[in-house]
Amino acid sequence: MGRYILRRLIQAIPTLLGVSIISFLLVNSAPGDPLVLRTFGDPNITDVDREIMRRQLGMDQPLPMQYISWMTGLAVRSGNVIEEFERTGSACTFIGVLNTTICDKGGGILRGDLGTSIQTKQAVWDRLVERMPATLELGTAALVLSLIIGVPLGVLSAVYRGSWFDNMVRFLAVIGQAVPNFWLALMAIFLFGVVWGILPTGGRQTATLTGDTDIADKLWHLILPAIVLSFGSLALFSRIMRTETLEVIFTDYIRTAKAKGLPMSRVWFVHALRNSLIPMMTILGPAALGVLAGAVVTETVFTWPGMGRLALDAARQRDYPMVLGAGMFFSVLVIMGNLLSDIFYGIVDPRVRLS
Amino acid sequence: MAVNQAQMTPGNLATAIGGASQLERKPQTYWSMAIQSLRRDRMTLVAMGFLVVLLLLSVFATPITNALVGFGPNETFPENAFAKPYIWPYIKWRVGMDMVTAPTILGQTGGKIYWLGADQLGRDQLARLLSGGQVSLTIAFVAAGISMLLGVSVGALAGYFGGIVDDIIMWFINTMVSIPAIYLLIIVSAIFSPSPITLTLFLGLFGWFGTARFMRGNVFKVRSLDYTLAARSVGARDGRIMLQHVIPNSIPVIIVLTAIDVGALILTESALSFLGLGIQPPTASWGSMLSRANNFLFLIDPATGSYSALHLLVAPGILITLTVLAFYLIGDGLRDALDPMLKNKS
Repeated sequence: MGRYILRRLIQAIPTLLGVSIISFLLVNSAPGDPLVLRTFGDPNITDVDREIMRRQLGMDQPLPMQYISWMTGLAVRSGNVIEEFERTGSACTFIGVLNTTICDKGGGILRGDLGTSIQTKQAVWDRLVERMPATLELGTAALVLSLIIGVPLGVLSAVYRGSWFDNMVRFLAVIGQAVPNFWLALMAIFLFGVVWGILPTGGRQTATLTGDTDIADKLWHLILPAIVLSFGSLALFSRIMRTETLEVIFTDYIRTAKAKGLPMSRVWFVHALRNSLIPMMTILGPAALGVLAGAVVTETVFTWPGMGRLALDAARQRDYPMVLGAGMFFSVLVIMGNLLSDIFYGIVDPRVRLS
Repeated sequence: MAVNQAQMTPGNLATAIGGASQLERKPQTYWSMAIQSLRRDRMTLVAMGFLVVLLLLSVFATPITNALVGFGPNETFPENAFAKPYIWPYIKWRVGMDMVTAPTILGQTGGKIYWLGADQLGRDQLARLLSGGQVSLTIAFVAAGISMLLGVSVGALAGYFGGIVDDIIMWFINTMVSIPAIYLLIIVSAIFSPSPITLTLFLGLFGWFGTARFMRGNVFKVRSLDYTLAARSVGARDGRIMLQHVIPNSIPVIIVLTAIDVGALILTESALSFLGLGIQPPTASWGSMLSRANNFLFLIDPATGSYSALHLLVAPGILITLTVLAFYLIGDGLRDALDPMLKNKS
């Protein structure tokens, strides 16, 4: 088991590297000279100063060097250039043998520094962390909802295959994947929020002076976005559960369970479910991340203060470091999620570990 | 038993089960069997019919608009903002249920007929839905074409060469699928301001990974099959095996994947346009039409007390859902028709 986990961990490294390279290339292709953005409107800065800054920032270096510096926060230059760098407050060492200077400029992706938001001048990482609880709350609610509804629907649909119930569930599953999430959100807001006025139309809580409300109010605000967000994964889960249950339903051990007189509910939801749940494990990781990605749209329509909406607002305002930081953050989440779901799959199904 | 079967040539098999006349039945090819199976699939036929109508409407959007509406999708008449759909009063008028409403509406809009109502600028929704359909469908089809072409060729290359080429390609694919597609698209549309052409390109360029993975797997699978071994034994080269055996073997699944892909692309494009990162105004697309409607959810018509933007909210959404649904259903139907093995399973 330990070896299996180790192998999976090692396999994740090239992917992480790839994501960082692509993000770096995108950062570089973003329009606008970062130096001009940084010094814009400052009358004390001359073109000569800009040239020096450009060198200090390493923007005169070839792309691979810039990439290393962007990742680690370390600048590597040939020759002894300690003096030039130490004026900016970077700690430098000169390695005589290699005739190179290595300077610690601070920051760097590997140290969790995703850069600074152009819009608010805050650290990208801080803004993401600030928004994370809202997204996690919404995402978890949606995922739990789609599991507790989707799984039983799929099992029952397989048990009563061919019935009107089965047809309805299957039809809903197709509809659930065809209906655009943002439209569903709009319709839900229109019906429940505007026409009937029974649920809030957006936000995470009622606005109050103290900025805090009780849990009931928060749950109240969570209902509509969570239901809308869960729709896609609910459809997916019910479809997969139906197929998987159909696979196990004719096996001998189910017949045995029936033959020894167990109640049917026990046969379906204990004996059959256990085995049909295994393939669900592989889909759970990607589905969770699908929910997180879908949150971009849902959060925007429901003005939910999460990371997805943050990224979208940043994109609209052309705040590239923010968008890219969010994108990278989500990519790392995806890779971690796949890793966890692989490891989990390995635990549940020992055959996977061997291949 | 096995010996018996081996001795039975088709001829004496036919005699065994009832005379030589049986043989006069035309031998069925794979495709004719698929078409026969499709003919029995009512759901898929309905979906195909819907799609054909939709395609015709989109192709002839301009003449239809000229005939039914009389002015273009981007022409504004602010005095007619939020005009209600004319179609229901018109039907009631023609069947004699309500002789007053329809002529009154016509008077209010100055003789302009808004079959499906007008938006906040008094543009005709029907005209915009038609031209939006043109835009959305073109983007989805072209992008699906790009991603299929890329996916099939890259996947075939990876499977064909194997080794280091395969490793690099798979590394790239694994990397790209780790970045959630919606983020990738948000990022690129923030960096490169989107036009219909760049949007199509991006959707195509970021959409081929799944196809490539499938294609690669299929190349590996087919290469290990007996008939490939047979072809190899009689001296066929790799190129011939690819073109004669591997790619034809994959075509059915590629067709199915493409149908589903077009549906998914329509969803993605509409979501991006809704978020303001896709098709930019004034060009109509189904997604951007909903993005406008979003701002008028609460608006109430003071004269009647009804919601002013209801028709703007409902029509594009239903159209997107039905279109995507049609593509998904066709994909499912084609899978059943093209893969008899799979059909027997469920």
